[in-house]
Amino acid sequence: MAFDVTLRINDKVATIQLTGELDASTAGEFHATVGRAAGEGAVELVIRAEQLDYLSSAGLRSLVFARQKMGDEVRIAIVGASEPVARTIRLAGFDHSIDLVDA
Amino acid sequence: MSTQDIRERIDAFPTHRIGPYRVRAGRPFPYGATPVPGGVNFSVYSDGATTMSLVLFEKGATRPSAELEFPPEFRIGSVYAMTVFELDTENLEYGFRADGPFDPERGDRFDAGQVLSDPYARLISGREVWGREPDWDNVYHYRAQVLNDDFDWDGDRPLRIPAEDLVIYETHVRGFTRHTSSKVSAPGTYAGMREKIPYLRELGINCLELLPVFEFDELDNPRTDPVTGERLYNYWGYNTVSFFAPKAGYAATGPFGMQADEFKSLVKELHKAGIEVVLDVVFNHTAEGNEQGPTISFRGLDNATYYMLTPRGEYYNFSGTGNTVNCNHPVVRDFVLSCLRHWVAEYHIDGFRFDLAAILDRAPDGTPLPNPPLLEQLAYDPVLRHTKLIAEAWDAAGLYQVGNFPNYGRWSEWNGKYRDAVRRFVKGEPGLVGELATRMAGSPDLYQGRTSSASVNFITAHDGFTLADLVSYNDKHNEANGEDNNDGANDNNSWNCGEEGPSASAHVRELRMRQMKNLLTILLTSQGIPMILAGDEVGRTQLGNNNTYCQDNDLSWFDWELVKANADLLDFARALIAFRHAHPVLRSSDHPTGTDRVGSGYPDVSWHGVRAWAPDWAGHGRVLAMMRCGRHAKGGSVADDHVYVAVNAHWESHDLELPTLPDGQRWHLFADTGTAVHRLGGEPELEHPGRFHLGAHSSVVLVGRAAHRTTP
Repeated sequence: MAFDVTLRINDKVATIQLTGELDASTAGEFHATVGRAAGEGAVELVIRAEQLDYLSSAGLRSLVFARQKMGDEVRIAIVGASEPVARTIRLAGFDHSIDLVDA
Repeated sequence: MSTQDIRERIDAFPTHRIGPYRVRAGRPFPYGATPVPGGVNFSVYSDGATTMSLVLFEKGATRPSAELEFPPEFRIGSVYAMTVFELDTENLEYGFRADGPFDPERGDRFDAGQVLSDPYARLISGREVWGREPDWDNVYHYRAQVLNDDFDWDGDRPLRIPAEDLVIYETHVRGFTRHTSSKVSAPGTYAGMREKIPYLRELGINCLELLPVFEFDELDNPRTDPVTGERLYNYWGYNTVSFFAPKAGYAATGPFGMQADEFKSLVKELHKAGIEVVLDVVFNHTAEGNEQGPTISFRGLDNATYYMLTPRGEYYNFSGTGNTVNCNHPVVRDFVLSCLRHWVAEYHIDGFRFDLAAILDRAPDGTPLPNPPLLEQLAYDPVLRHTKLIAEAWDAAGLYQVGNFPNYGRWSEWNGKYRDAVRRFVKGEPGLVGELATRMAGSPDLYQGRTSSASVNFITAHDGFTLADLVSYNDKHNEANGEDNNDGANDNNSWNCGEEGPSASAHVRELRMRQMKNLLTILLTSQGIPMILAGDEVGRTQLGNNNTYCQDNDLSWFDWELVKANADLLDFARALIAFRHAHPVLRSSDHPTGTDRVGSGYPDVSWHGVRAWAPDWAGHGRVLAMMRCGRHAKGGSVADDHVYVAVNAHWESHDLELPTLPDGQRWHLFADTGTAVHRLGGEPELEHPGRFHLGAHSSVVLVGRAAHRTTP
């Protein structure tokens, strides 16, 4: 599935919807979207990952980028990640800086 | 000019084109591959090469996608540096091809037919899954990759636990959780170990020492098990392939190239739990071995710089493994220093234990140096300033420096003499009372003028018998290693308690349990830094194999069923560790002198035998008691109780006369290896205040304090 990223901001809660594969070739687009959410002063970032088919190491690093870009005060939740994606996040230890939430 | 233009860096523009690649002259430092604006800076040293190329691969491809020869103007001194723009670093693997003379007698072994791994590679691919057979026809096995250092440390800071307060736990990343009984989500990995942090916390250790985690190749062992025919591994990993890269096969996320993050995450969580991390590092030799070994990196880049060579160009072998790293060559010193700084700065590592460290003080021709520049440099380095430096102060060529390793006030040593004396005393050899006292006091005979944390006290380590085997075997049983039982040490100072190996006799099993507790009691009440081998606290056995370097199986793995099966021993170990943490008098940094330096009316340490104040230093004595006066704790700066430890290595019980305490204080029983251990602070007062009946092959720990102190 082709990569797609959309941003919606509602009452300071930013929701990013990811579709397709997040890897080195698409991470830049995701970074730009995170930057827009940070610029809008979001206090919470929700990443909807139900339609995310694959997360490469560059994709995982994008989550680190999101953490650093949004700042420590902002809660980041990844919602609905598939088990392989969620497992990779957990094993690499990224679940300590972001919340993994079932859909 | 727009704002965007101002922000762009002028070094982000290529000046040259090599084929389709746009490049510019790079920066010589740092060595290795470093992401820079718009590209990657590659830098490599070779003094003798005639040409050098950067070899690029798409991830996993057998053939290179490009070879970029460094233009002459990209060489500064003997360093080749080039920035290559617009690379997809996630799908990139790289190496170098160095051409030059093949003239072994002059020390040169260049081979333009080889793609060489970057000695400074931060990440290695090619061995992402432990034990998986690679394509041996591949032209390039250990592939360097570019690493982004963007881990979120979340404010992690070094714990800086005073050395004398450490309790070290030596373990193996894979072996700790690989056994199915570990019940972790990713057995045998950094992530799996992270799940066992609660166990480590409860045990009470505050320093985890990991066997090698630098990338190595577990498949480089050609032997098989003589009975089963199964392949044997290089399980321990003392054959480094790449010194800056964490072992990918220890990471559940290795296949995704996330091993660095997974390992950092382990370190971060250990720190949160109050546990420091010490790495066992191997700078004495490499996986390239002697002239029969593979050319991986150093040999093809600058053989004569990196290895000690005889005047005829042959490899010196002070490590017993074929080659010896030329540690005091200025270029190699720089390499070692950069490597350790990398692990401290990027991975927040708290200290290092140096395998066969005596080699680090040999000159390029092999002679020991009185003032070895590498050791001095490590001791004073600004980045390593507060890290623990621990030497295995001997090498395989007979240089034995326990007690006189060049230390610059910083280095500790694995105290092999402590290990031998304690083992021999507890097995019942006569004539060791005096030496045991010296060892328990922090070995002032060896470390006069140094703090007592110069001595890392241990009874067992990965190399040798486990604690359970030390009391169950008279002889080693290494047949499974495929070397006709000729490998491994013969001087084990072990005693099987009457029967070789597993025993059906309740008496033998009970005696062995007591002996293990006796050994733990001495270890955890001695001055110096105690080190425990993982699994000894639950009686882990290797069935008499004292050299399991090649055994990637139940012989080496931590069997978590033992936590229940040997709960009594585990409780005892936990209690003793807690006791040590609770009693600073056992953890002073200065050696006791046997005198009263604080006006307490008692010497800081006193020695006793069956009679109080009358130690039996004579030839046949097998009873020793040590009393530490609490008023002397940490040089008299903190208050503590009196602590009395008696060990009876005799086969008969003895009625001990106890030293008298100050007015109003009474002796309380903390532990008797023959009966029970009590809760800290809840130790019962002795029925007979002046004496204690100590059983055969038993130890006792008493606390002297006010008689009616209430406890929470």
